[in-house]
Amino acid sequence: MRLVRLRRRAEDQGAAAGLRPHLAGPDLLEEALASLTARPGRAVLTALGTVMGVAALVATLGLSKTAGNQIVGRFDALAATDIVVAPKAAAAGRATSAGGLPWDAEARVTRLNGVVAAGSLSDVDLRGDLIRSVPVNDPVAQTEFQLPVKAASPGLFQAVRAELAAGRLPDAGHSARADRVAVVGSNVAEQLHVTRIEDQPAIFLGDRLYVVIGVISGVARQSSLLGSIVIPEGTAGRDFGLAAPASVQVETRIGAANLIAGQLPLALSPTDPTLLKVTAPPEPRRVRAGVQSDLNALFLLLGAVSLFIGAVGIANVTLVSVLERVGEIGLRRSLGAARRHIAGQFLLESTTLGLLGGVLGAALGTLVVVGVAASRTWTPVLEPWVPLGAPLLGGTIGLLSGIYPSVRAAALEPVEALRSTM
Amino acid sequence: MTDGGPEGPRAGAAPVLELRGLSRTFERDPPVYALRQVDLTIWPGEWLAILGPSGSGKSTLLNVLGLLDRQTEGVYRFEGVDVNELDDLRRAGLRGRRIGFIFQAFHLLPHRSVLENVMLAELYIGAPRRGRQQRALAALERVGLLERADFLPTRLSGGQRQRAAIARALMGEPSLLLCDEPTGNLDTKSAANVLDILGQLSREGLTLVVITHDEQVAARADRRVRIVDGTLGEVEAAAAGSGRG
Repeated sequence: MRLVRLRRRAEDQGAAAGLRPHLAGPDLLEEALASLTARPGRAVLTALGTVMGVAALVATLGLSKTAGNQIVGRFDALAATDIVVAPKAAAAGRATSAGGLPWDAEARVTRLNGVVAAGSLSDVDLRGDLIRSVPVNDPVAQTEFQLPVKAASPGLFQAVRAELAAGRLPDAGHSARADRVAVVGSNVAEQLHVTRIEDQPAIFLGDRLYVVIGVISGVARQSSLLGSIVIPEGTAGRDFGLAAPASVQVETRIGAANLIAGQLPLALSPTDPTLLKVTAPPEPRRVRAGVQSDLNALFLLLGAVSLFIGAVGIANVTLVSVLERVGEIGLRRSLGAARRHIAGQFLLESTTLGLLGGVLGAALGTLVVVGVAASRTWTPVLEPWVPLGAPLLGGTIGLLSGIYPSVRAAALEPVEALRSTM
Repeated sequence: MTDGGPEGPRAGAAPVLELRGLSRTFERDPPVYALRQVDLTIWPGEWLAILGPSGSGKSTLLNVLGLLDRQTEGVYRFEGVDVNELDDLRRAGLRGRRIGFIFQAFHLLPHRSVLENVMLAELYIGAPRRGRQQRALAALERVGLLERADFLPTRLSGGQRQRAAIARALMGEPSLLLCDEPTGNLDTKSAANVLDILGQLSREGLTLVVITHDEQVAARADRRVRIVDGTLGEVEAAAAGSGRG
């Protein structure tokens, strides 16, 4: 009998050594989900903080991206297609004959594939002459002005996207015949008493009479044109000794600016391209990055604050849940649960809540981005990792906020836990 | 101090548990001696009642027996294993597999069906998921609660709730059923019903320890011990065989 008992004891010792508790993954998941679905209303309300936080984060990231894209989009339309070519300072000093731009600059540039419009533009030196409008018998009114006069090739007006208030623009014929015609910017038209183009108003540049044939009301580039008097290049060459165009204004197709900028010097000055200075738009990508980093910093801060509030919410409710379920914790311990199983279940519950909040928040945030973009007729832009990473972020928030309540739950003594009623 | 029951050690059988000189002292000021030098042997198939007023140390004894608490002194062997030498993890494993608990407050999860509550018993002992539902239904059949399997515990009477809890305790095929005031929350009729089920389980060979302050509940047991101020004493004139057919 003693032998039998000894053998049994040995067997039992061996069995006890293998008697660690074991909780299967599916079982743990089932328990956590069952606890959450037991109080669905509370689960949703608990996740609400994370929903709002994640939604705010996704929406702000998406909107800043969308808005940033929109701002850059406006830049692109003008700045990214704008090229100005001028002789370098040294070449300009020698001026005139050798180093300057050719008279047929407009034709040479327009031939390049990718150029939408081009024209040359020069300042005209009146050598101290003043500009007079047709004398009006008003002794008080000023009649003589010092105003900038510019010479332009016909294509320039298209290259700066000039809009006419009245009249017409000078054409190649005016330049070839050196006609004394001018267009004036809307800012100076009033000063010069140019009101009705039909009356063929005249102005004097020095003592030369020019007929005003048009008034420019707006330009997209070279805004100084609105305060200037513009005459054809050929006229400027004959009347004021303009030796060569001072600059060429080019509008390219979107995306072609950098290529054209490289080709221009060769097209305009094949003998010595280095004499020309090309002002091309900056790399568009860099502009975009600059605009967005500013916006993102503010928006991300807002999102982080809302997420923190969400995390505190989950931690709080999970802690309340632990205190409410003291009896359940004791029961589970009596059924063989180790402390780690208790902690694991509460951690999984809070993580699931966070994950749920993350999924809902990502959906809500994406809807906000799409809604705002639609109302402003913008293109909604969202990095793919934002809606995909949002549930992950929510889960992490849930996990972190569950740590303290889980530790509290695991530390409960089953003895005390079982005394409480459920 | 008692050892062995009225029927004595059975030939060829090892005790389910043995306490030798077991004490539990709570380090307070002044120290609380909840259990003092307790010796107790429980044999397989025995129904033992532990009687005592509140504050006598019977809850402490239950917690030590159920491996929920550790003694400060003495030896506790469960099925021959000195459980004080096991780490908390193995004690939890042993508790889950070998000991079933019945509580005064039932401790059923209110949002889970009776069947799910019973199935909880296999959660932490590494039993396969396959067949768990059938085993739980079988346990419910043993306590006559099969037709209430899909009910929520809140829709059951007190007696039915305690029967569900018994089914849960039976689920892991324990070698010891520890009952803490199992009829404390029940009316007389339900209490008698629950005690009948315990009697039936005892006849089927299950080892039962019932802790109670109720003499009538204790009267159903094979053997009674009384605990007063942490000291255990045998109750004489035990009506042996009252619970055994």
